[in-house]
Amino acid sequence: MQSLTAPAEWLSAQPREAMHGEPSILPLVLQNVSYAIRGKTLVDGLSIEFTQGRRTIILGPNGAGKSLTLRLCHGLIEPTAGKISWQGPGAPLPRLRHAMVFQRPVMLRRSALANLTHALAVQGHKRRERRERAWEALERFGLQGLADRPARVLSGGEQQRLAMARAWSLRPEMLFLDEPSAALDPGATGAIEEMIQAFHDEGLTIVMTTHNLGQARRLADDVIFLHHGRLVEHTPAEEFFTQPRSQAAAAFLKGELLW
Amino acid sequence: MMGQENAFTAAIRLIAELDPTLVEIVLLSLRVSLTAVLLAALLGLPLGTALAIYRFPGRGGVIVTCNALMGLPPVVAGLVVYLLLSRSGPLGPLGILFTPTAMVIAQTLLILPIIISLTRQVMEDLWVEYQEQLRSLGSSTARAIPTLLWDGRFSLITSILAGFGRASAEVGAVMIVGGNIAGYTRTMTTAIALETARGDLALALGLGILLIALTLALNAIAYGTGRMAQRAAA
Repeated sequence: MQSLTAPAEWLSAQPREAMHGEPSILPLVLQNVSYAIRGKTLVDGLSIEFTQGRRTIILGPNGAGKSLTLRLCHGLIEPTAGKISWQGPGAPLPRLRHAMVFQRPVMLRRSALANLTHALAVQGHKRRERRERAWEALERFGLQGLADRPARVLSGGEQQRLAMARAWSLRPEMLFLDEPSAALDPGATGAIEEMIQAFHDEGLTIVMTTHNLGQARRLADDVIFLHHGRLVEHTPAEEFFTQPRSQAAAAFLKGELLW
Repeated sequence: MMGQENAFTAAIRLIAELDPTLVEIVLLSLRVSLTAVLLAALLGLPLGTALAIYRFPGRGGVIVTCNALMGLPPVVAGLVVYLLLSRSGPLGPLGILFTPTAMVIAQTLLILPIIISLTRQVMEDLWVEYQEQLRSLGSSTARAIPTLLWDGRFSLITSILAGFGRASAEVGAVMIVGGNIAGYTRTMTTAIALETARGDLALALGLGILLIALTLALNAIAYGTGRMAQRAAA
């Protein structure tokens, strides 16, 4: 897997021990999951199993239900039908073990460092541990220089890297990324992809949506292709990009309009 | 005309000489109104935030009531507290009618709806922006209240200032529950009303000038520190 730019210095940092020795919460299993609002079914009968350590890219045209699927998995919205369950031995642990990074991250009106310590405070960490882990995350991704800057005046790319570092500082086992680089220029996109690569190297399980097919090719282990809220394909990336099974996916890869 | 000019110079002289009666009245006014603002803020900021983010049956009614109570006539607030604190009232045994404490209670009641309503408006917008992110970070709705209060701190200064403006400017409530007792419960506004009626325009005018100056100074300080802090924390 090649990243866009030369490896940054932080990439050579010692990777943290994967999973922190805690039992895994994975696999994450969706059984016949649907989400409807005002009589309109937006996610329709999804059955998917996400296994440990994989990078799954969700592709599909606008309105296919990609973001909704992430939000359902992350627990931000409840399915109107079907079941979502974490089936690993660590699943009953109370701590939030999965995190999400949004297309437009919401930064609190505080310093970059305070954004990280706040997230750790919400999850019940002691003051000293918050500071240590926040600094660890900033240093890990080369963001120490931004620590005291007000987070909301940072550039879009810096904010997104900070959001990724914030998610990482919570030590999730699984990370949901909703078009994390859709609003960024190629340089910032490269930086985000390097971070995703680093997360993967540490053993994080990643589920990500994107409209950038090049990015999907660079990062995907598996591809989920959604269309009209339905699962059309869930295949290994190589297979998806070389010989898609469905017509819809083939047309999508050729850049044809789907509806 | 001549009399008023004299009153104006006399007023300036009272201020310049730090006339003890004048100073005492100003200090009591500040103590009462600032205490009321502090209490109303301690109650109103979290309540307003909770009202912005919780959904419950009757929420609309609570919002409308708070909005309506922003215009509560001070004399009515005074009357309610008077009835509560009067000798035969439910809180009569406390014996605090015609004390500064009663005035603080009346003013707190008067400005609480203002702080709740203005806070709710600010916080609703902030909540729309933050809700999903905070929930994603694992924040409960209750845990979001301190987060929102801190992040809305610059906007909330305005709602607190509105409360202070209301408290420092009103006559009716402090008049009814304080009784305008010289040297004990006489505030700037009640003194102005009394001295004007008695014809002592110098003291009335001096207090009027100070009241406006204090309000201006407080607003300037709040604006200045707000801007400075905002630049530092965006």
